Amino acid sequence: MKIHLKIWRQKNSETPGKMVDYTLDEISPEISFLEMLDILNEDLLKKGEEPVAFDHDCREGICGMCSLYINGRSHGTEQGITACQLHLRSFKEDDTIYVEPWRAQPFPVIKDLIVDRSAFDRIIQAGGYISVNTGSAPDANAIPISREVAKEAFEAADCIGCGACVAACKNASAMLFVAAKVSHLALLPQGQVEKQSRVEKMVAQMDKEGFGACTNTGACSYECPKNISLSHIARLNREYLTAKLASKHLS
Amino acid sequence: MTLDAKIPNGFLAEKWTQHQFNLKLINPANKRKYDIIVVGTGLAGASAAATLAELGYNVKVFCFQDSARRAHSVAAQGGINAAKNYQNDGDSIFRLFYDTIKGGDFRAREADVYRLAEISNNIIDQAVAQGVPFAREYGGLLDNHSFGGAQVSRTFYAKGQTGQQLLIGTYSALSRQIANGKVKMFPRTEMLEVVTIDGKARGIVTRNLVTGAIESHNAHAVLLGTGGYGNIYFLSTNCMGANVTAAWQAHKKGAFFANPSFTQIHPTCIPVHDRHQSKLTLMSESLRNDGRVWVPKNREDKRHPNDIPENERDYFLERKYPSFGNLVPRDVASRSVKQVCDQGYGVGQTGLAVYLDFGKAIKRRGMDAIKHSYGNLFQIYEKITNENAYEMPMKIYPAVHYTMGGLWVDYNLMTTVPGLYALGEANFSDHGGNRLGASGLMQALADGYFILPRTIADYLATLPYDKISTEHSAFKEAEDNAKNRINQLLALKGNKTVDEFHKELGLIMWNHCGMSRSEASLKTAKEKIKVLEEEFWENLSMVGSNEELNQTLEKALRVADFLEMSQLMVTDASHRKESCGSHFREESQTEEGEAKRDDENFTYVAAWEYQGKNKSEVLHKEALTFENVKLTQRSYK
Ligand SMILES: Cc1cc2nc3c(=O)[nH]c(=O)nc-3n(C[C@H](O)[C@H](O)[C@H](O)COP(=O)(O)OP(=O)(O)OC[C@H]3O[C@@H](n4cnc5c(N)ncnc54)[C@H](O)[C@@H]3O)c2cc1C
Ligand code: SF4
Ligand code: FES
Repeated sequence: MKIHLKIWRQKNSETPGKMVDYTLDEISPEISFLEMLDILNEDLLKKGEEPVAFDHDCREGICGMCSLYINGRSHGTEQGITACQLHLRSFKEDDTIYVEPWRAQPFPVIKDLIVDRSAFDRIIQAGGYISVNTGSAPDANAIPISREVAKEAFEAADCIGCGACVAACKNASAMLFVAAKVSHLALLPQGQVEKQSRVEKMVAQMDKEGFGACTNTGACSYECPKNISLSHIARLNREYLTAKLASKHLS
Repeated sequence: MTLDAKIPNGFLAEKWTQHQFNLKLINPANKRKYDIIVVGTGLAGASAAATLAELGYNVKVFCFQDSARRAHSVAAQGGINAAKNYQNDGDSIFRLFYDTIKGGDFRAREADVYRLAEISNNIIDQAVAQGVPFAREYGGLLDNHSFGGAQVSRTFYAKGQTGQQLLIGTYSALSRQIANGKVKMFPRTEMLEVVTIDGKARGIVTRNLVTGAIESHNAHAVLLGTGGYGNIYFLSTNCMGANVTAAWQAHKKGAFFANPSFTQIHPTCIPVHDRHQSKLTLMSESLRNDGRVWVPKNREDKRHPNDIPENERDYFLERKYPSFGNLVPRDVASRSVKQVCDQGYGVGQTGLAVYLDFGKAIKRRGMDAIKHSYGNLFQIYEKITNENAYEMPMKIYPAVHYTMGGLWVDYNLMTTVPGLYALGEANFSDHGGNRLGASGLMQALADGYFILPRTIADYLATLPYDKISTEHSAFKEAEDNAKNRINQLLALKGNKTVDEFHKELGLIMWNHCGMSRSEASLKTAKEKIKVLEEEFWENLSMVGSNEELNQTLEKALRVADFLEMSQLMVTDASHRKESCGSHFREESQTEEGEAKRDDENFTYVAAWEYQGKNKSEVLHKEALTFENVKLTQRSYK
């Protein structure tokens, strides 16, 4: 099939970027979206031109590395998948496809389609863990956890840290990402001890990184490749309020 | 030099306890005087780094992805073994030890494997305490399923995303130590050289993948948790960035490489379907709990699989191995699949596939139960193939998955370079000729959480606190080496791309040093790689500069090392004239076509010593002794 591409090219963080047109003739509809970019890059290399830089690693939707904004949607128009799981069979002959990096102030572009998502790592460092040193754990079956709770915690822990939620949000809010972690740990008995300080610290770091406010439009959850539910944001808000009330009470 | 594995004396079950008592300690106040470099943030690297920092050491951590959370451990699907015996089905530490030794076809060390089985239980405790949401039963206790090569249920899992969930655990422990200031993290940074001074590892040289800066880092010890090198075959289930550079460069600085040709080919992967394919996707071994493998009995049968009646299907694994059935170890399953396809029974367009069928399991357990166990795997399958495996069988074929070979390490996980350690898939230690399912995660975490943090003190205690400055000539020399390699590559203005070279190398390796190997095929491989390598250094087409993010350069550096490493793999494969585990020499098979070991001549670890470019490597043999298990011809019948 024949595909027209409009791809964001930007030499580095200092140089302004622009959309550049490319056309690929005769590519197989069976290949994946990233394999199409591989083919384009091979062509460019053969012509002595710089290939398009893009992040990717596992190519099976689990590492969270790929981060393409395709036709105005995070990870493309199909729901519940990452860009690396997208296949050309989802497109039509002669389609024009726009490919851009995540657009959000806290995710500056490094080159072409690659952005800097280290803000997410810093949010986790602020408190996205249970403080347990190696070797100090009790027997794993000492705390039974109901299947339902385990399942809900798992669904929150499913987040791959890709940043699609931020890219989808008109405010560049990171609420869904933060909520997924807060919820995962707040649901589990092991996470109770640090529950209050965790949510406060993570939200403070999120604000510090310059992510926008949440106005409940729900685009994040809609675009999330792991279908992280908005109910986690509701839980985050509850946890945050309780924590704030408690710390006011203490001080 | 004679290889000393430093295996402690005493009874098998007491070795590790006794050894820990004998190891030197460093008191808490002095630990902060030592700096440790950890390369890799997979389960092995991240767990080691976090634990060392908890103990008080200063740690610097490196990975090539943009975040520690993306190391390829994230992609592990099926589960992690432990000898908890929660199912009360007769499991024990000794049984896990025995299954692993036997599964590895008696080419691993007893002492190391026993220790692994012993530690397995602590790993599950640790992970649960961190909040890893393993699957649970209705009563709230942990659930298990079965994996290949075992007749008990000892595999803990979190849907088909066990690796991801465990890695989030290690990543969060690591993040906590970054926040504490005990770990300094360097993402998007690739290690290019190990620096040795007076024969000891004292640091590394890295390339910043964003700016291209070549930098030196000094430390008292260097740990490599850099994963496996299955990507040498181009198509594999590994992530696109997986490489051998760290291990290979360490090898060139004196670390012996053990059993480099031992490569696991996983039986259940989505078959190759296009020549532009960039990677292969695993369908977890856990699927063989419920999925049944078959081909039509009639070669010409081109009917839709659902239209082929039961009595016209050959469930060949169940037929050949009645006691283990679909749950035979990977090497055995892969070879069987290859055999039936080679005989013309394969299905699908290419004939290089067999069915993995859930029809019966869905009838027996119900659709919901199957969705609960494997939902995300079926989704991955559908995304790639556009087929619904709830309605028709999956098509699967073996693919390169894991490298049992790796840097040689002693019982303390130290390589032959003092102060240089290798952990996780990067070392060779526990899996012999074939790794059992759900044991890779276990080993990476045993190494990182519980073994290395204990053994390293014994070495550090012998070192002075002073660090060696990065101004030392050895650092400058290593930086120059790295820069020269880069400049040499960037100067190449030929007309073949790095991917083209990589694909060619992969094909040579797959055809001649893959699932089956022979004297003749290995000879061909050697000749072809040599020619390819020469062409690479003349005809590679490069663009861009070093001082920027340059993915073409990143790949070229990795492929240059693959080209060298592949030759050692072929050398190793041709010297080992027996078959064992995944290493199948056509000349050495039983009448039924199973791998036939030659215990008299090959009960050893082959550890190779680098001698310089284009010089033959020297083979060192570490004899394996078995005092607690009897060497038998493996049988899963
Ligand atoms: C698809 C798949 C599924 C699997 N499923 C299972 C399973 O269900 N159960 C099981 O037990 N095992 C499984 N395995 C095997 C297991 O996942 C791996 O063996 C294990 O996770 C390896 O962990 P590791 O820490 O050694 O390395 P990895 O997780 O591969 O990490 C390597 C790290 O090293 C870094 N690195 C590498 N080279 C360099 C360099 N030159 N410079 C800087 N950094 C570098 C990388 O950035 C990364 O952080 C699976 C493997 C695959 C590929
Ligand atoms: S919440 Fe969803 S979209 Fe956001 S980072 Fe996590 S997986 Fe990606
Ligand atoms: S490349 Fe890993 S999620 Fe897309």
